[in-house]
Amino acid sequence: MPRPFTPKVVTANRLLEGDAVWRTVTGDWSPRLSDAELIEDARTAELRLLEAAAEAHLVVGAYLADATKAETGPKPTHFREAFRTRGPSNYAHGKQADIQEKT
Amino acid sequence: MYHYNDFDEAFVRERVTQFRAQVERRIDGSLTEDEFKPLRLMNGLYLQLHAYMLRVAIPYGTLNSAQMRQLAMIAERWDKGYGHFTTRQNIQFNWPRLRDVPDMLDALADVGMHAIQTSGNTIRNVTADHFAGAAADEIADPRPVAELLRQWSTDHPQFQFLPRKFKIAVSGSRHDRAVTRAHDIGLEIVEKDGEIGYRVIVGGGLGRTPMIGKVLRDFLPQADLLPYTEAVVSVWNLLGRRDNKYKSRIKITVHEHGIEEISRLVEEEFQQIRPGFAGFDRGLLSHIEHFFAAPAFSEKSAAPYDEAYQTDPVFRSWADTNLTEHRHPNHAIVTVSLKKHGATPGDASAEQMRVLADLAEHYGHDELRISHEQNVILPHVHKGDLPAIHDALKASDLATANIGLVSDIIACPGMDYCALATARSIPIAQQIATRFDELKLEHDIGALKIKISGCINACGHHHVGHIGILGLDRAGLENYQVTLGGDHTETAAIGERAGPGFSADEIIPAIERLVMGYLDLREGRDETFLEAYRRLGPAPFKALLYPEAKANAA
Repeated sequence: MPRPFTPKVVTANRLLEGDAVWRTVTGDWSPRLSDAELIEDARTAELRLLEAAAEAHLVVGAYLADATKAETGPKPTHFREAFRTRGPSNYAHGKQADIQEKT
Repeated sequence: MYHYNDFDEAFVRERVTQFRAQVERRIDGSLTEDEFKPLRLMNGLYLQLHAYMLRVAIPYGTLNSAQMRQLAMIAERWDKGYGHFTTRQNIQFNWPRLRDVPDMLDALADVGMHAIQTSGNTIRNVTADHFAGAAADEIADPRPVAELLRQWSTDHPQFQFLPRKFKIAVSGSRHDRAVTRAHDIGLEIVEKDGEIGYRVIVGGGLGRTPMIGKVLRDFLPQADLLPYTEAVVSVWNLLGRRDNKYKSRIKITVHEHGIEEISRLVEEEFQQIRPGFAGFDRGLLSHIEHFFAAPAFSEKSAAPYDEAYQTDPVFRSWADTNLTEHRHPNHAIVTVSLKKHGATPGDASAEQMRVLADLAEHYGHDELRISHEQNVILPHVHKGDLPAIHDALKASDLATANIGLVSDIIACPGMDYCALATARSIPIAQQIATRFDELKLEHDIGALKIKISGCINACGHHHVGHIGILGLDRAGLENYQVTLGGDHTETAAIGERAGPGFSADEIIPAIERLVMGYLDLREGRDETFLEAYRRLGPAPFKALLYPEAKANAA
């Protein structure tokens, strides 16, 4: 039996900078997961991933990551995706230093 | 140390030019990512969790001061002001931008360095004993052999599409500091009846299926080194499994076919290709050996050392842990700890790199080494200069006296950086070191190797740690599995899994219970953790890790 679909976001790394980005409703790439489009069904997810794959001039390695709905926008459900929204834990480098996440 | 000739220089520059054009073609859309990825990996460029990462080879861990200063410059100009020294004697820059990488590679070429074959299914950076040329127990300097292998393996047309990566380590001493038994090929320089040769160990490796290497040839004459090594890689290149990446390394090939069959095939291949090696390789080796001639050791007085040792307890503590016996009695090998309590193992700031370069230039015959244990070594220091060196290290936060102790932890970058990781390793290393520093017991605990990997690939060598820690993802939470009794030296052993894993909150107290419990189990201060483990077996150590299980069984 196929596993029931859980909400997803499309994420990738930017081609030039290499930092993590998420795909928004308007089809842009944002450095904030909370800006991402939360996809609620498998067919849309498949379609969005295909659209992302067509943007190889902007991003690398697009994939679907689990996320959950929150008031401020999608939130990660797995620690790996949470780390990607912040940066490493040993220095204040990466997103935690460069951008302000909505709280 | 080795200096590039015109050929080396032209080759490395050409690769940079090629890569510059490849980057441009990727950006303008002429190359897809699928086409570009193998090209960037051939040049050491990975895409990690938060950014690109450039892995630069430090062949056999040897650097001069100009090279170290250039690494500092690169860290400041194109990265975030630091570099990470790895468990295979490489340096990694964690934050380069794609467009800058060709410039970084050009800057490396300016000082005779490159990032070629630090990734991909090729023969990787050849590693060696970090005390090479300096150790008192050395039979011969392993670096000329390592340099010969570097030249032979670089862009070797037969070995650019191997079944998987291939790692070679060379040791020239009785004590194995190069982890030769956990490499695809480990070469040990040995002496028989006054003649120098090599013990060839094959099929070692860590990762998913850890194995200790097996001896393929007990004594290989010096002249046969390259043809024999080429025969080993050739046999595996044909036989190695390309259908399953988890079964592709030579350790599995040796395991599946048996060492006798591999030996037979290698000897057959060796007989065939040997005539093709008409002596150029031997000539090249003796040419390379000239570059590694020992420096002129000073005979001046070592009195300042004796005085500082008698009068300065901080210096004495540092000298007792961070110095190793040198082949010249007036000299010492200095290991500079990159493991300050609470810091990231293996990280050095650009400023620290410059200080180390200056010290090497002024006091150390311009030589630096990077160890697989992620520390920096000044291999040739006159004892009389040690107090001045210690002062300079103190001023730069580099004087931590903990080499070989509980806080001298190997840790891979883990999920703080690495895209393959299943859990973080750096924070675990930081917390263990900080905790034992608070307890002020690490000198009492004595020699202990803790090694931490953030995934099954085992870059943190956890299988050969006296205490190994493996970070995994268990049902969406970081979970840490402990192995006990591993050994990375000439008495190599794979650690045994102690039992169920610990959560990120539980692992530090568990390690504390284990180490504190060992203090009660040992027969005296001279019995190390590993010796006590070997004497008593795993049971009392498991009881320390899992007190509830013991209570339940009682």
